[in-house]
Amino acid sequence: MSKALKDAGISALIALGIFGAMVGLPTVVGPGGKLSLDPQPWTVAIIVAVVFFGRLGIVLWQANRKPRVKAKSTTHSKYTVANVAGPLLLAVAVVLPMAGDRYLIDIGILVMTYVMLGWGLNIVVGLAGLLDLGYVAFYAVGAYSYALLAQTFGLGFWTCLPLAGLLAAFWGMLLGFPVLRLRGDYLAIVTLAFGEIIRVVLLNWTQLTGGPNGISGIPRPTLFGLKFTLGDGPDTFAGFFHLTPSITYRVAFLYYVIFGLALLTNWVSNRLRRLPLGRAWEALREDEIACRALGINVTTTKLTAFAIGAGFGGFAGAFFATRQAFISPESFTFIESAIVLAVVVLGGLGSQIGVALAAIVMIGGGEVFRDFNEYRMLIFGVALVVVMVVRPRGLVSGRTPSVSLGRGGHIAADMMSEGHG
Amino acid sequence: MFVTTQNPHTGGSLAYALQQLINGITLGMIYGLIAVGYTMVYGIIGMINFAHGDVFMIGAFLSLIALTGLGMLGITYVPLALFLTLLFAAGIAALYGWTIERIAYRPLRGSFRLAPLISAIGMSIALQNFAQVAQGARDKNLPELIPGGFKIFEENGFVVQLSWMQIVITVVTVALLGLFTWLVTKTSLGRAMRACEQDMKMTSLLGIDVNRTIGLTFVIGAALAAVAGLLFLLYYGSINFYIGFNAGVKAFTAAVLGGVGSLPGAVIGGLAIGLIEAFWSGYASVEYKDVAAFSVLIVVLIFMPTGLLGRADVEKV
Repeated sequence: MSKALKDAGISALIALGIFGAMVGLPTVVGPGGKLSLDPQPWTVAIIVAVVFFGRLGIVLWQANRKPRVKAKSTTHSKYTVANVAGPLLLAVAVVLPMAGDRYLIDIGILVMTYVMLGWGLNIVVGLAGLLDLGYVAFYAVGAYSYALLAQTFGLGFWTCLPLAGLLAAFWGMLLGFPVLRLRGDYLAIVTLAFGEIIRVVLLNWTQLTGGPNGISGIPRPTLFGLKFTLGDGPDTFAGFFHLTPSITYRVAFLYYVIFGLALLTNWVSNRLRRLPLGRAWEALREDEIACRALGINVTTTKLTAFAIGAGFGGFAGAFFATRQAFISPESFTFIESAIVLAVVVLGGLGSQIGVALAAIVMIGGGEVFRDFNEYRMLIFGVALVVVMVVRPRGLVSGRTPSVSLGRGGHIAADMMSEGHG
Repeated sequence: MFVTTQNPHTGGSLAYALQQLINGITLGMIYGLIAVGYTMVYGIIGMINFAHGDVFMIGAFLSLIALTGLGMLGITYVPLALFLTLLFAAGIAALYGWTIERIAYRPLRGSFRLAPLISAIGMSIALQNFAQVAQGARDKNLPELIPGGFKIFEENGFVVQLSWMQIVITVVTVALLGLFTWLVTKTSLGRAMRACEQDMKMTSLLGIDVNRTIGLTFVIGAALAAVAGLLFLLYYGSINFYIGFNAGVKAFTAAVLGGVGSLPGAVIGGLAIGLIEAFWSGYASVEYKDVAAFSVLIVVLIFMPTGLLGRADVEKV
């Protein structure tokens, strides 16, 4: 008990040091721009007390906890997360717009966009094991490609969608070439630099991109030529089907577009995993040297991973542009890359269902905290750290191996270190 | 990111180039101080401490708080106030460094490669927004504490100036790096650090407390970052909660450019990035100076994947 008290006391002292000045002495700009301090002793006292009792509680709980004996299950359960949650989520996703709640559908679109981005990045990070911190660059390329093509040449969304994907994939290749020789963290920093370069160029090339003002008036998608404007002419969706014009149709349509795109991403990456190319990606992730020794062309393998991942980022970007009808460089900052990467890693690298779950928890959860806007990102950051410390392998930390001999099946998290997964 | 003083005089003259050189070196010194923290941590545990740039930002805020508080207490003798601020900011920032390592990175040691990096990104986002919530989102301005300087020479009406502030930055940086080099090469702590860098398991078998050594590395890195924060605050006179990201990315670029793990490399890389930015802003365009710095990084890494002074890392199978 005294040890616990001492431990909690030290924690409280550290908390006093950390929060004492930063929280307790906020600088305020007075009249005439003169700075002064506005002491907040009670806020600090509360924080320190919370830390003290929190630490005390944790220490006592840990001391009294009986050591758990982990029973090693030898039988593989048929009901894994992927088998149960997958169809369930799919069913919910299909019927979600039927609820007709505009706000709910909007959140659905947002979550679905991140699910798609997550699945796209999963190809690069989860399958090929290449850490990409600049994924938002391809998202931006897709968005600006669609916006510029639509505004300059008057092309429609469905024509531009594949073009945006192709352009983003092309940029992925372009980035891929120089970084092929780099390993791990060097790769991460170069992709981050690349993302920043794209953003700075978008911000300053005013003639082409409109600079910080962005591009507005981006056309909305149509359904086989039927527009979703508020009117009842024969060329609008409502008029053609003799419905009362409503904004909900367009939102629901957008929802199904991104839903379809996300499913496409999932389907393609699941298929690719079973191809020799996908197996080469996973082999590359586990051991590059062994890959070379076995005669796998590392260059093409990495480049295809980059290009395909970037292509899906481009699709998502084009969708983002058409959904918002307005884009500016502000939407493509590093924090977006960080969020997408967090979705992939929290979901459990390489696990498709995990990415979907993580996107729902993080993006949907973020929307719940929308009212505490100031604290939202603070909570997001802390949550990232806590989840990593508690479950470093992600929420769904097991996955079905692409190849297995005989009665394979699910691989548990603790087996997933190198060489087993 | 940083606004380098741009003169309406067009380039071309020697004086103008010299002025850019002075500005670039000053900026490079600040980058170098931050880069040392990155390079040390990377050298020992092989992770990008993504939150390091935000520790720099916290250091700048702590300096602002200390200077404001000392001003309110009536301590206006500048050298004394600066010395007290330096101690305060470095001390508290060191506590930040230690705590971050303890709660966000230590539990993840031995986990898979991406885990600490994600944790660090989370920590960076948390620190940034913590500063925003605690100290407000507005830019905070500080009046110039060390004004003046002297003219070096004049050419065609263009005056090359060296401000006292630039001299202070250079002197403080060089002194700290000297102290630090001594620490790493001559003391037992430095030996322990270098041993951890080579083989952590063997080091712990030889009776060295690896956790303590790594914790101290974070402490030193954070203290240096806080000094950089103080110098930044004094030099530019304006800070906000977002300065950490850009400075962090630039400093990491500097560390990679110089060769991650090498201390002189970090300083050389910092100077290189500072000079590239200053000359690019002076002769080409201020808007694209970040692009220039990052492009140089990419080009260097293509031709020298280990940076300027880095050791080639031979992977054994």
